[in-house]
Amino acid sequence: MSEEKKLFKVTIDNITVEVEPGTTILNAARQIGGEVTPPAMCYYSKLKNSGGKCRTCLVEVAAGSTADPRPMPKLVASCRTTVMDGMIVKNITSERVLDARAGVVEFLLLNHPLDCPICDQAGECHLQDLSYEHGKEGTRYEFNRRTFKKHDLGEYIQLHMTRCILCYRCVFVADQLTNKRAHGILDRGDHAEIATYIEKSLDNDFIGNVIDVCPVGALTDKTFRFKNRVWFTKPVDAHRDCSKCCGEVQLWMRGDEVFRVTARKDEWGEVKDSTKGGPGWICNECRFEKKDAKDWTIEGPTQVSRHSVISQGHYVNVVKPKETLPDVMGGRGPKLLMNIHNVSEVNSPEIELSKIAGPAHSDDFKNSLDNGK
Amino acid sequence: MGVKLLLEKAHVEGIRSYEVYRREGGYRAVEKALKTMSPDAVTEEVKKSGLRGRGGAGFPSGMKWSFLAKPEGVPRHLVCNADESEPGTFKDRYLMEFLPHLLIEGLIVSSFALGSNATYIYIRGEYAWIPDILEQAIAEAKANGWLGKNILGSGFDCEIYVQRGAGAYICGEETALIESLEGKRGNPRIKPPFPAVKGVWDRPTVVNNVETLAAVVPIINMGGEEYAKIGVGRSTGTKLISACGNINKPGVYEIDMTISVEEFIYSDEYCGGIKNGKRLKACIPGGSSVPILPANLLLKTAKGETRYMNYESLSDGGFATGSMMGSGGFIVLDEDQCIVKNTYTLARFYRHESCGQCSPCREGTGWMEKILKNIDMGKGKMSDIDLLWDIQRKIEGNTICPLGDAAAWPVAAAIRHFRDEFEWHVKNPQECLTRNYGLANYADPLVIPA
Amino acid sequence: MEGLLLSLFTFHFSLFMVPFSEEKLAKVQEIIARYPEGKQKSALLPVLHLAQEVHGWLSAETMDYVASLLQLEPIEVYEVATFYSMYNLKPVGKYLFEVCQTGPCMINGSDDIVDYIKQRLGIGVGETTPDGLFTLKTVECLGACGYAPMMQLGKHYKEHLTREKVDQIIEECRKTAGQLN
Repeated sequence: MSEEKKLFKVTIDNITVEVEPGTTILNAARQIGGEVTPPAMCYYSKLKNSGGKCRTCLVEVAAGSTADPRPMPKLVASCRTTVMDGMIVKNITSERVLDARAGVVEFLLLNHPLDCPICDQAGECHLQDLSYEHGKEGTRYEFNRRTFKKHDLGEYIQLHMTRCILCYRCVFVADQLTNKRAHGILDRGDHAEIATYIEKSLDNDFIGNVIDVCPVGALTDKTFRFKNRVWFTKPVDAHRDCSKCCGEVQLWMRGDEVFRVTARKDEWGEVKDSTKGGPGWICNECRFEKKDAKDWTIEGPTQVSRHSVISQGHYVNVVKPKETLPDVMGGRGPKLLMNIHNVSEVNSPEIELSKIAGPAHSDDFKNSLDNGK
Repeated sequence: MGVKLLLEKAHVEGIRSYEVYRREGGYRAVEKALKTMSPDAVTEEVKKSGLRGRGGAGFPSGMKWSFLAKPEGVPRHLVCNADESEPGTFKDRYLMEFLPHLLIEGLIVSSFALGSNATYIYIRGEYAWIPDILEQAIAEAKANGWLGKNILGSGFDCEIYVQRGAGAYICGEETALIESLEGKRGNPRIKPPFPAVKGVWDRPTVVNNVETLAAVVPIINMGGEEYAKIGVGRSTGTKLISACGNINKPGVYEIDMTISVEEFIYSDEYCGGIKNGKRLKACIPGGSSVPILPANLLLKTAKGETRYMNYESLSDGGFATGSMMGSGGFIVLDEDQCIVKNTYTLARFYRHESCGQCSPCREGTGWMEKILKNIDMGKGKMSDIDLLWDIQRKIEGNTICPLGDAAAWPVAAAIRHFRDEFEWHVKNPQECLTRNYGLANYADPLVIPA
Repeated sequence: MEGLLLSLFTFHFSLFMVPFSEEKLAKVQEIIARYPEGKQKSALLPVLHLAQEVHGWLSAETMDYVASLLQLEPIEVYEVATFYSMYNLKPVGKYLFEVCQTGPCMINGSDDIVDYIKQRLGIGVGETTPDGLFTLKTVECLGACGYAPMMQLGKHYKEHLTREKVDQIIEECRKTAGQLN
């Protein structure tokens, strides 16, 4: 006598969906997909206890349930609120939600350096997407942006604290995927930061996954640093036999050169489940040490959403483009006006990005760097 | 003279010691509860008393107790919130410093009602000398059989421990307090689950304020119904008010909630009027988080009725023309005080105390502080005032815990009632550095002291 | 090589870190016993207070030691120590003046008290006098609003501050320090 499991009916922006009891509003909305899915900057379905912090997924509950149809007085974090049978949720159909969300975007960008032109995350940055879809043009903030003391996390992981939105995902990765957490959130309030306190490199076998979960450019792959823009590379699915992890990855290639290795991501930007079951986290060896196409069995091009800037690198002519510059310049390589590694030193108090009128120019950094010498 | 239930014996010499406290009738409530009542009967009395949480939110305590989950075989805990940190509030400190045994007695009775065999007092770290006083009282109580195993032969075991915080206002929020008690950063938890189901070490937990738990003693002694007869409406019993600011007699007062705000400020029994014969400008009646009120709206409601010192009357008119009872931190500002500067220091406080977990509070509190500092220093713009209003509106209600609201309300109320003073600061960038705006026209009608 | 490592290790632990006395270790055990089995992390705040009593501040070495006492990862201790404002992560003077500057103290003249202390000690906020005796800090509400202006000095509060009272306090501190030497 198999009793059929009762499903809960929930209506989000006038679309009704049936979900298992215990499902959150956000995950119910993800089952519907599209515009009615609230954005999520801190929630990560594969990381226990994540979510609730960034407040971008706030929604209005217009009716709590069939049994108690009263509305909830405050907007709720959809990633941490479970649905009730008969619940009515308003996301993009609620003025209140859109207004609050625009506010959250403004708060998240308040102290953000907006250094996208020199940020390796650009093109696959959730904060870029969020501000494009839910933010307002311009900022009303007229004060110095926050800076932090620099921390070196070792040879694999690059930390840009100024870009961090304190989603805590990387802390959960260290807690849940590695046996020894060495970094955490230090200090509090608007000075809270990701750090190790005493200089320490993060070198646990699975710690590289912090790069994949970071929604912004705070934690990026040092072995890929300034090597290429993501939209100039072509992602392909590949695998290898790995004793430590599932070995199922995405290679970011240009011609036959492997620029970067990441885990495979789903449409929400989260690590996909591997074919062997369970989330497809990958180990440091696969991520950082296997940069030769010969290391991998290539399965084929990765499906990239047509909206993504990455999709503009069409899969035609998968050979390394001919570098024309030396030809034009009579065999000479391009003369570097300045080293991008220096330009990227925006995380220093001497350079006040908010004081720069218009787009930042390399001179803005050059002068202050010269002064610093 | 109003009824005194908590501070009645505060001035008896040596009341801090067990012998004197006991001689004055102390620990009768423990005898009554443990010998003649069941735990549920104690909860029932607290429900009947109408006691509301004295920490600030004013939630009915008996109801909170009845929400406590009681799964078989899982220990439950009572935690006393002594993390008194709301600017303007220092009543719990007074209670613990001078009447430690009253709190211990209340804790034993409440622990019995809730079935807590290990009860914790979480006290703010800065009150560094008070744990010694409390631990002394606990030791005395234990030596005299009021704590430990099988108290009074009732079969009930109870231990009380004192835990010191280390400087964080946010730990007054109950889930942040629980995190801190677990040895973690004071980041408030995302609710649900509520502490009544999953609290400290994931066990069902009740967190109550010091004054709330002390009030359980008179409730058991006199019976919940008798207690409910004191006060008015849903403001039953007595309330401790810590009064400070520009008044003649700052200090901690116990009031039954029938006296008027005017009497509280001007009578010699309480604040004794405004210091130096000055005039009243404004008041924050319930701790720094609640809306500030100009004198005219403080003494009378918008309908022109007398305003009283109780939950309902202080919040009459909602946030548009009223305020809140809050924690009972009563801050009085005289005619020489600058509302902009006062709002700035409070904004600085909330920025300093934000845990940084959720974005509206982490970013918004700092932004408001910076703008307010500019206006205070004569560097503000007219558009800053509307900007402030918009920022506070986007923080309020959108954060994990009430600190966001607590930071937004003072700014909102200051602009709502004192907008002209903000504008004057902007229009007179030089003058505002050398003199204060004064009373202007919103302080009418005033009671002018003789 | 081993000898070098060992001496480095001892140096590392000896400079800013004194292991707890027997008495303190017993106190740590007593604190841990207050919590359920396996929940010794709850003892972290009280044990950090004990540790701070030794030097007046918490060095990384001290925090590592506390972590080992409570079987925690060092980062768990750093996270907590940096969150709470009462833990000093840098050395402070023998006498730490923590003057409250929030609303109620401000309206009772705390700005003037801070200025006066600055002038008397010749230091700014957050600084320590060259003799290592005094550090001045401004802090947020300490819960003594009725007795404003006020400051915390060690375990106790100094309330109803006036310029005269500040003079007196500085004098007393100097005297006690002199007697100690």
